[in-house]
Amino acid sequence: MLEFFCFFGTIRWRGEENMTDIKYLEAKANEIRKWILTEVYTAGSGHIGGALSIADIVSVLYFKEMSINSKNPTWVDRDRFVLSKGHTCPALYAALAMKGFFDAKELYKLRNIESNLEGHPALGKIPGVDMSTGSLGQGLSVASGMALAGKMDKKDYRVYVIMGDGEMGEGQIWEATLTAAHYKLDNICAFLDDNGLQIDGKTSEVKNVEPLDKKFEAFGWNVIKIDGHDVKCIINALDEAKRLKEKPTLILAKTIKGKGVSFMENQAGWHGKAPNKEEYDKAMAELEEGI
Amino acid sequence: MGLATREAYGLALAEIGKENENIVVLDADLSKSTKTEDFKKACKDRFINMGISESDMMSTAAGLATCGKTVFASTFAMFAAGRAYEQIRNSICYPKLNVKIAATHAGLSVGEDGASHQCIEDIALMRVIPNMTVFSPADATETRAIIKYCSENYGPMYIRLGRLKVDDIFTPENYKFEFGKGTQLSDGGEVAIFATGMMTQIAMKAREILKSKGIGARVINIHTIKPIDKDIIIKAAKEIGKIVTLEEHNILAGFGSAICEVISQNHPAKVKVIGVADQFGKSGKAEEVLKLYGLDINSVADEILKFIY
Repeated sequence: MLEFFCFFGTIRWRGEENMTDIKYLEAKANEIRKWILTEVYTAGSGHIGGALSIADIVSVLYFKEMSINSKNPTWVDRDRFVLSKGHTCPALYAALAMKGFFDAKELYKLRNIESNLEGHPALGKIPGVDMSTGSLGQGLSVASGMALAGKMDKKDYRVYVIMGDGEMGEGQIWEATLTAAHYKLDNICAFLDDNGLQIDGKTSEVKNVEPLDKKFEAFGWNVIKIDGHDVKCIINALDEAKRLKEKPTLILAKTIKGKGVSFMENQAGWHGKAPNKEEYDKAMAELEEGI
Repeated sequence: MGLATREAYGLALAEIGKENENIVVLDADLSKSTKTEDFKKACKDRFINMGISESDMMSTAAGLATCGKTVFASTFAMFAAGRAYEQIRNSICYPKLNVKIAATHAGLSVGEDGASHQCIEDIALMRVIPNMTVFSPADATETRAIIKYCSENYGPMYIRLGRLKVDDIFTPENYKFEFGKGTQLSDGGEVAIFATGMMTQIAMKAREILKSKGIGARVINIHTIKPIDKDIIIKAAKEIGKIVTLEEHNILAGFGSAICEVISQNHPAKVKVIGVADQFGKSGKAEEVLKLYGLDINSVADEILKFIY
């Protein structure tokens, strides 16, 4: 198992020019967070907490890592992305709009009857969405299918997934874990957004899913543990995952649900609630300062 | 006696698979029984054994389909339509992906394995999902034609196949497959019998009994349960007025119900739905089980006679 303690010297720095990269990606993550709040505030419903916890990972994937083309969303050689924890789509929709897959004005119409921005991602309705998700536990299996197709067709695209820790309660995740390991799907890189909370409370109290690192290792995966809010760590973990052959990689990202907004952090109550005007203004002001 | 529809499926898939390199086949540790083993032998690089993980298999099939593959996923009907129902709905049908679920061992004719493996709910479960097409071939020739159709046409499709050998109703020479169209196999003025899957052979033999009693039966085979052939149903309702439906499935929400939906909304007529009377099956030789549940030739003929008089 690899662990990157970014502030304790084990990280491989990659030169000064990457600092610009890092600031850029942090700024994009901040912009994603502001969009998440705006989308959910405008919609009057939606999932904020888990969307804020994946914002940094989504920023690195969409603004650095993935090879995608907004002018050709179904480009056959593109990297794939499956948001297995589909309810956190405000983060995905923000990244897609920011990349130009559709007009950012659409983001004001999340969950709106006149919009295609469904409450959970819908393939075929939203440019750039590679798979419909929302029912938890299915995304990793879908990723296996995409990865198997890539191997069969001798393509070098990679398949990225984001799952939640609460989602680990779904049995299908563990079926998929076996499949990806058995077929040596080293073209899969899955993030586990380990924010420790689910709807009914702490994951450890609702039904304990730990130890996740040992479970994935026992299931034949390469496991990298990181701070999921440190873009440097995310970048390095992704690079490490690419180097490792014969095994799928899990990036176990320790995160904070509601990250970036003080009064939402670590509050299970902000899983699926929209802010009121006062809360929205306060949250946006905090994020403005956070850059 | 001809081949079981599962056997015809395996042969057809292997043959079509050799020509169409886009086809990928998944199975959940039942390839010897579902007969996808034939494909595995012919095209081993495009066969993936998913192990005993039906839910994972359906979502993996969806992932392959997003990358342009034509995917056939096979297991027993119980574990396809039952165990993996929600994966079929949300990962395959909602995004309208090109996955064909070829489910074998449907109905009571599984026999000895008993109720846990006798799926009598799959027609109901599959036909209520938007974007899904439901096929139920009567014999080997029809199975082959349907598998060919599935391999050449886009979208989620469910193919209901049986374990038991069935009579050859058709020959490759006299058979022409038309999507969504029923096939009239005989004409008669007293009753119209709509049958699907292995019950078509029962209908044809029950017809002989009725004929010996001077009763003419129009037998119609329905291979596409969804979308169903409204015209042939309405025509029978108008011309004959007495309709019997035959299925190896629960009488609730299945094939008979699909026909009743058409009749009640277009040309109300008397209908007798014959199938499994909302109860679980049991172990026994397939023929014995079918008889116990009233789905053998004599029981069916008796029911029809009671219905007519």
